[in-house]
Amino acid sequence: MKKNSPSFSGRFNPNEILLSAPSIVWLILLFAIPTILIFLIAFKSADAYGNISTHWTLDNLRALANRHYPMIVWRTFWLSCLTTALCIGGGIPVAYFMARIPRKGRNLLMILIVIPFWTNFLIRIFAWKNLLHPEGMLKQVLVFLHLVAPEQPLLYNPWAVLAVLVYSYLPFAILPIYAAAEKFDFSLLEAAQDLGARYSVALRKVFLPGIRSGIWTAAAMVFIPALGSYVIPDIVGGAGSDMIGNKIAQRAFINRNLPEAAMLAGALSLTVLLPLLIYLFSQRRNKHQLLTGTPP
Amino acid sequence: MHDYLVFDHLTKRYGALKAVDDVSLSIEQGSIFSLLGPSGCGKTTLLRMIAGFEKPDSGRILLNGRDITQLPPNQRQVNTIFQNYALFPHLSVCENIAFGLKVTGHRKADIERETLRMLELVQLERHADSKVTELSGGQKQRTAIARALIKKPNILLLDEPLAALDLKLRQRMLMELDLLHDEIGITFLYVTHDQSEAMSLSDKIAVMNEGHIEQVGTPSQIYEAPCSSFVAAFIGDTNFFDGAVIEVKDSEYCTVRIGGFGDVLCYNDKKLRVGNPVHLSIRPEKFAISRNLPEQRKGRNVLSVTVDDIVYLGTHTKYWVLLNDYRVEINQQHMRYQLDQIPIKHNEQVWLYWNADDGYMLERYCEDDEEMVFQPPEEIGDNPEPTEQHNEEE
Ligand SMILES: Nc1ncnc2c1ncn2[C@@H]1O[C@H](COP(=O)(O)OP(=O)(O)OP(=O)(O)O)[C@@H](O)[C@H]1O
Ligand SMILES: [Mg+2]
Repeated sequence: MKKNSPSFSGRFNPNEILLSAPSIVWLILLFAIPTILIFLIAFKSADAYGNISTHWTLDNLRALANRHYPMIVWRTFWLSCLTTALCIGGGIPVAYFMARIPRKGRNLLMILIVIPFWTNFLIRIFAWKNLLHPEGMLKQVLVFLHLVAPEQPLLYNPWAVLAVLVYSYLPFAILPIYAAAEKFDFSLLEAAQDLGARYSVALRKVFLPGIRSGIWTAAAMVFIPALGSYVIPDIVGGAGSDMIGNKIAQRAFINRNLPEAAMLAGALSLTVLLPLLIYLFSQRRNKHQLLTGTPP
Repeated sequence: MHDYLVFDHLTKRYGALKAVDDVSLSIEQGSIFSLLGPSGCGKTTLLRMIAGFEKPDSGRILLNGRDITQLPPNQRQVNTIFQNYALFPHLSVCENIAFGLKVTGHRKADIERETLRMLELVQLERHADSKVTELSGGQKQRTAIARALIKKPNILLLDEPLAALDLKLRQRMLMELDLLHDEIGITFLYVTHDQSEAMSLSDKIAVMNEGHIEQVGTPSQIYEAPCSSFVAAFIGDTNFFDGAVIEVKDSEYCTVRIGGFGDVLCYNDKKLRVGNPVHLSIRPEKFAISRNLPEQRKGRNVLSVTVDDIVYLGTHTKYWVLLNDYRVEINQQHMRYQLDQIPIKHNEQVWLYWNADDGYMLERYCEDDEEMVFQPPEEIGDNPEPTEQHNEEE
């Protein structure tokens, strides 16, 4: 039997299916089925005891028209976008620096980046609460430096949420960008300079495109969890800084209305999944074009 | 013709190591100048200083009379073909070539016209929109050349541009480079550790060793009149002999006694006197051997030797013959082939002869350099695997 015969290209071969079976099963059991369940529950109604009734309804869809939601969706969106931008903006220089220093220093930095994970997430968020507290250290220092007025609160506003979001997700941006930067061939920057580019231009035109896969991964790793964040706005955000995650939690735990929570969660998933699917689909088309030389 | 690129006592240290050690050179405009030397002798470092990626610890670099030592790389009218080509993987062939003009803000129409011209020059029109990762080695190399030439550099620096190619392609690219040079006429500074590459391409060669220049000259000067045992051994193969002058015959010739070898007649171009020590280098192709005693001629040395090893190479045969302590390498061109000819065999007693003019006295001599001369395998037909050495190093 010939390997790579043309009729095979683009199709799965039996070995591949066998090898990827465990991860496919995993995805189906732990991702696809729960997601479908959430979409299904979203069209049920809740009974008086907080259980899911057998009754199908579109009420939850109508409930999405809540007049508070647009503001919350907007806040969730801009906080997530800004968090992503700041994490990537911070992650690129760190990754660049790490990729250029000797290997020993890299490992040390890597440990420093990972060390905070040894402390429980909640404890770290509470630590931020202490820092930003009116009597907290950070606040005192900033007041002392005349950077904020003594009466200005640092806690319980969207900016506090942003700061803690960036703090929490920065490592998730650094790691994929660093993984890409480590593979980047830095002699390309010399080649660009050799051709007349200033160093800043070389960085922009050669380094950034060179690590773009890392940047995209970082964007997904930060943006998606940021969209769904709920603990951070809950602890440092206060009343006026709710995100969609808080609303989902409220529907599930306080109103005991799981279907409505499911509807909100489903809507959130769709806003994340749809663009991703469109992106993947367009990639596939490109790939197909590359392989066959003709558009499908 | 005047000195176009000048290195003025350049030195570059990495810690205690002098990667480039007090190098002074001048290169003529429009020529092909080669830097030739073994791995790690500082060729790339020297090139990187011209390109501006390394700052010399002392010394100056002058380009067309202007001191460029302190200029950043992007302001030098010098372009490099890197050892690994360093093509931008996210750009197509055409975008790679246009890069140098784009970043310096040329007009779109100019960029397009120049890019097309370059594509034509290196014959890559059909691959203009290919990804560079999909190119063959030779095509990558031509893309790199076009990308550098579009900047109209004063000097093109080529850092072992052919090292990654196989032999046949290397020979073809070498010819293409030569043609290209004739066509555009800019100065090439060509770095290589391959002596045949340097020989066939260059107007002038500088042989480097451990950071310093051993000798500068035309290919034939370097081959025929090496000034040190390093150059003699590095460029081609040679045989070294140690001795002393015992008699000065006339203004041209002297007799040299080589311990354990005999007295030989030698062309005395260094005007040595009786008693002076001599280090003699004689290339293998200058020797000849025969079964019958060759006729005596003026200036011919004849010695009786024993054949130790024979390697038939088609174009010529390599012999190693023994005379006391000495093991002499000989390249003998083939005479007219005769079927009934009885070939010279192992352990046979034969006559070794050469002309006194063909030996060359060395000004500088270092015994280590003898080790660079190729030694044959003890068992013929037994291929020595160089990979074994690699494993030991690791
Ligand atoms: N950045 C550096 N730091 C320390 N030492 C270096 C550095 N770059 C080069 N060297 C040393 O300088 C010497 C010359 O190196 P260079 O790269 O110029 O050699 P080369 O002649 O180009 O060799 P090759 O033919 O293998 O490319 C080597 O001994 C090398 O180890
Ligand atoms: Mg080199």
